[in-house]
Amino acid sequence: MNWMVWTMPTAGFFSGIALLLAGMTVWQYFSPSVERKGFLPIVTTRGDRLFIGLLTSAYLHLGIIGFTEFHVLVATALSVIWIAILMRWG
Amino acid sequence: MNKIESNKGWLFVLPVFIVVAFSAVIPLMTVVNYSVQDVFDANTRFFTGTEWYRDMLNNPQLQGALIRQFIFSFTILAIEVPLGILVALMMPKKGWQASLALVLVSLPLLIPLNVVGTIWQVFTRTDIGLMGWGIRELGYAYNISRNSGDAWATIILMDVWHWTPLIALLCYSGLRAIPEAYYQAARIDQASRWAVFRFIQLPKLINVLVIGVLIRFMDSFMIYAEPFVLTGGGPGSSTTFLSQALTAMAIGQFDLGPAAAFSIIYFLIILAVSFVFYTTIMHMQKDKTTSKSGE
Repeated sequence: MNWMVWTMPTAGFFSGIALLLAGMTVWQYFSPSVERKGFLPIVTTRGDRLFIGLLTSAYLHLGIIGFTEFHVLVATALSVIWIAILMRWG
Repeated sequence: MNKIESNKGWLFVLPVFIVVAFSAVIPLMTVVNYSVQDVFDANTRFFTGTEWYRDMLNNPQLQGALIRQFIFSFTILAIEVPLGILVALMMPKKGWQASLALVLVSLPLLIPLNVVGTIWQVFTRTDIGLMGWGIRELGYAYNISRNSGDAWATIILMDVWHWTPLIALLCYSGLRAIPEAYYQAARIDQASRWAVFRFIQLPKLINVLVIGVLIRFMDSFMIYAEPFVLTGGGPGSSTTFLSQALTAMAIGQFDLGPAAAFSIIYFLIILAVSFVFYTTIMHMQKDKTTSKSGE
């Protein structure tokens, strides 16, 4: 695994994503997702909303890293709030 | 209505899943790892955090390449899609003429990318190339290695020549799938040629056009070999698109960290554009089916 030059933050990030996917699978198994329409302009399932949330969070991180002086964890905190809102009301 | 869900199907997908893990997921994770470090060799590396991302997002060369990339992709789409439809409409419908037209139209698609670049490189030479020499003889000082306008026009022309056939073939197959009854009904209503196109052919073509536009967008967004061979990204950096800028950084300067950070940004752009595009189309189709069942 040395050639993959792992670091703690990236390992944590990918473990987080893997846990998230596993969690979503288990959740889907016990209570299947129903398509619904929230504040997003399209009908979405749980997985759709998670994907949209992660993708927009990536852009939020890029924006904050590239064009502001805030620490990257500010972006992460905002993303968590944003994904929670999106999952609940999106 | 209760649908019984069987998850046994996933077992059959497992081999593909493993292959994709090795061919896509693991390399992508490695790129992410590289993007947060300065790696000299396996044992000498320094954690840099978000520094490369900040550098890349504020790098004027890459910003320039990104803007040029979008201009290029949308320009070729704006030309190739209408032109492809037009070619498909004009192609013969049956008999040996149809087969001949199909072969002739699809010829450019069979040529490898860097060979296309070489063909156009020779074609546009002002001493021996037919096009370059011809334009010079007409009195215009055509020069793709000096004039960036000429270089752009040539690269767009080359892409149109190479890829319009793809749109044309897709549309041709879409057109052939329209039942004759629609045209008979249109004749009874004395519909004009334009009305037939607007209300029969175009709606039936939407599905293939969607695929065509998506393929062409992604492909043109990753274009590398053709402009590399034809202009080398010049004059200056006026025709340097994203993948060439990235290659120059990763291979030429061996700045793996910044190149990795930039790859991730590149990947996110393609992912976002493709997702928006795909969702819009699926949404349009869902609307269509619900409005139909509501009738």
